[in-house]
Amino acid sequence: MLAAVENKSASVEAKPVLRVEGLKAYYQMNYFGVRREVRAVDDVSLTIKRNEIYGIAGESSSGKSSLIKTIAGAITPPLRVVEGSVKFDFGGKELDVYAQRPAMKAARWKHLSYVMQGSMNVLNPVRKVKHAFHDFAFKHMGLSEGEFRARVESHLQRIGLDPRVLESYPHQLSGGMRQRLTIGLATVCEPEFIIADEPTTALDVLVQQDVLALIKGVQQRMGSSIIFVTHDMTVHAAIADRIGIVYAGRLVEEGPTLDVFQRPQHPYTAHLIASLPRIGDTRKRVALGGKPPNLADPPSGCRFHPRCPLAVDKCKSENPALLPRNSGRVACWRAGEVEAA
Amino acid sequence: MTALLELQDVNKDYRVGGFLDRSTLHAVKHVSFTLDAEKPEIFTVVGESGSGKTTTARMILGNEVPTSGTLRFMGKDIAQIRTRQERLEFMARVQPIFQNPFEAFNPLTTLDYYLFSTAKRFLGLKDKVAVDAATDKALQHVGLSLAEVRGRYSHELSGGQLQRIAVARALIPGPKLIVADEPVSMVDASLRMSIVNLFRELRDTLGVSIIYITHDLSTAYYISDRVIIMHKGDVVEAGRAEEVLGNPSHEYSRALRSAVLPPDPVVASAIIREKLRAV
Ligand SMILES: Nc1ncnc2c1ncn2[C@@H]1O[C@H](COP(=O)(O)OP(=O)(O)OP(=O)(O)O)[C@@H](O)[C@H]1O
Ligand SMILES: Nc1ncnc2c1ncn2[C@@H]1O[C@H](COP(=O)(O)OP(=O)(O)O)[C@@H](O)[C@H]1O
Ligand code: SF4
Ligand SMILES: [Mg+2]
Ligand SMILES: [Mg+2]
Repeated sequence: MLAAVENKSASVEAKPVLRVEGLKAYYQMNYFGVRREVRAVDDVSLTIKRNEIYGIAGESSSGKSSLIKTIAGAITPPLRVVEGSVKFDFGGKELDVYAQRPAMKAARWKHLSYVMQGSMNVLNPVRKVKHAFHDFAFKHMGLSEGEFRARVESHLQRIGLDPRVLESYPHQLSGGMRQRLTIGLATVCEPEFIIADEPTTALDVLVQQDVLALIKGVQQRMGSSIIFVTHDMTVHAAIADRIGIVYAGRLVEEGPTLDVFQRPQHPYTAHLIASLPRIGDTRKRVALGGKPPNLADPPSGCRFHPRCPLAVDKCKSENPALLPRNSGRVACWRAGEVEAA
Repeated sequence: MTALLELQDVNKDYRVGGFLDRSTLHAVKHVSFTLDAEKPEIFTVVGESGSGKTTTARMILGNEVPTSGTLRFMGKDIAQIRTRQERLEFMARVQPIFQNPFEAFNPLTTLDYYLFSTAKRFLGLKDKVAVDAATDKALQHVGLSLAEVRGRYSHELSGGQLQRIAVARALIPGPKLIVADEPVSMVDASLRMSIVNLFRELRDTLGVSIIYITHDLSTAYYISDRVIIMHKGDVVEAGRAEEVLGNPSHEYSRALRSAVLPPDPVVASAIIREKLRAV
């Protein structure tokens, strides 16, 4: 009996909650008759399991926000999905984000929530906090006004906020409280899947730990999955189960957090890990040479080749596929040849 | 020594609350420090959110008047700057960089407009070629070019790209002092390093002093000459960077320092699990 139960839960575990396949999403613009295409998400495939925290790292303008915005089904022109699919599995029911737009709309707050970059601004400065909760969540929860209020209050309490904050204006609250509130907003419907863009980036270190513990706690209690973006590798170190490294719109490496930190397989990941500043160390760090790639006109072959210390001729013409290696996947002709820092 | 910037017992109070529960919030209390005009430096202000960092920065920029105390820039009381001409001269010498690049640029205005108008206003340039050249030069300093930025709107760029544009804009007038309020909190580690390295370069080659406001202790340690730590409006610690950050004596500075998560999954995740158990 017990074994059967375990078996069942194991098969639930194994079935991914999110499956992204060959996803391409481009910003397609027309400037005075000149077509311009920014290939912000270029052939990304990944899966996320139930109960998993998946972190996406990468430099500025590599396409992190574009990727999770596309996964969230929250894109607006000029960003368009050009190829590929995003499929969720909510309680055994498949939801294909770009094939079933109306179903997606309905699922949005019930099963899935998305916290945008810079979202502390979702709190309207001239309206009390309670209105934000009402606007976002009320119609998705099917509760009476009174029940709704009670639910929101108990939720706030659980995440360490005094329910009286509902009666305040955003400017009366500290940055940390506003960020807690944003997370409160994203989780009040207890979604199965949470998508968050830079959830702790603007916070100071003292508040940051609390917010990270809060995210982890909410995730554990609800058994939900999280995909989040941050360029801050210490945040990945603190809460991610697995990390995906994005470079110039492509996933170049993916693996369990510890392995990625200790044995990076891709030269870009190795650079990222080696350049982390550590207190007590003022050695001048070399920033990566060269410029971040222009996604309107990305380098041929491996997009990292103009900046890569290991590049060989082949790298300039042929794009390496993301292939399984050790505990993860990596896209590099010379995978594993980098010295871990 | 000639003082570039001198703060003497600066205080700022805000009246908060409604008609019935009105009270006074002491956002900044008794802050004093001096930057030497002959010795450009990176002067770092560290503190948690709400500790008064931004309020201090706003007073230095002349955007906010102190409740008491004085702020002098090159000997002149900043609160006494009255005429348009004086104001313009002051602003050319003291340039801001703000925390949230998404808020710094109006979404309906193209980004090059900000750069061009800064060049026209502060450098007095009229000729289009000269304006373009000055703009491009500033953008090159931060690893961008006018070709990449021309005609684009803020929502078309990533957070990090916007912040680099903000730094470029501040460089155009050739300032003596840059007040950077959490300039790197939105950008990745590598770019963070390239921006703080850029500050270092500005200090060493252009002789620009920088007030670097941050809660990122690792970059603070890495580039600062001097540091003050603010806590609830007070300066609780001040001194050379190695002393203050390497060996903090005040209880609050110690807490701040030990709150820095190490970039190590084993240690960092254990800290978070511990926190979780505590609540
Ligand atoms: N609305 C838009 N129109 C055109 N191009 C855009 C738009 N939004 C983003 N881009 C471009 O797409 C690329 C990827 O941007 P994205 O915001 O996804 O980066 P990011 O990895 O999240 O960076 P950051 O860490 O700085 O937030 C950039 O080159 C950016 O300029
Ligand atoms: N315009 C204002 N009106 C009322 N209170 C303010 C205003 N600006 C700042 N404060 C308050 O002053 C304190 C210091 O804020 P601030 O200088 O922004 O801190 P920091 O930049 O260190 O996060 C905070 O409690 C903040 O809420
Ligand atoms: S494929 Fe070549 S250029 Fe790309 S990361 Fe690997 S070695 Fe460097
Ligand atoms: Mg982003
Ligand atoms: Mg501030």
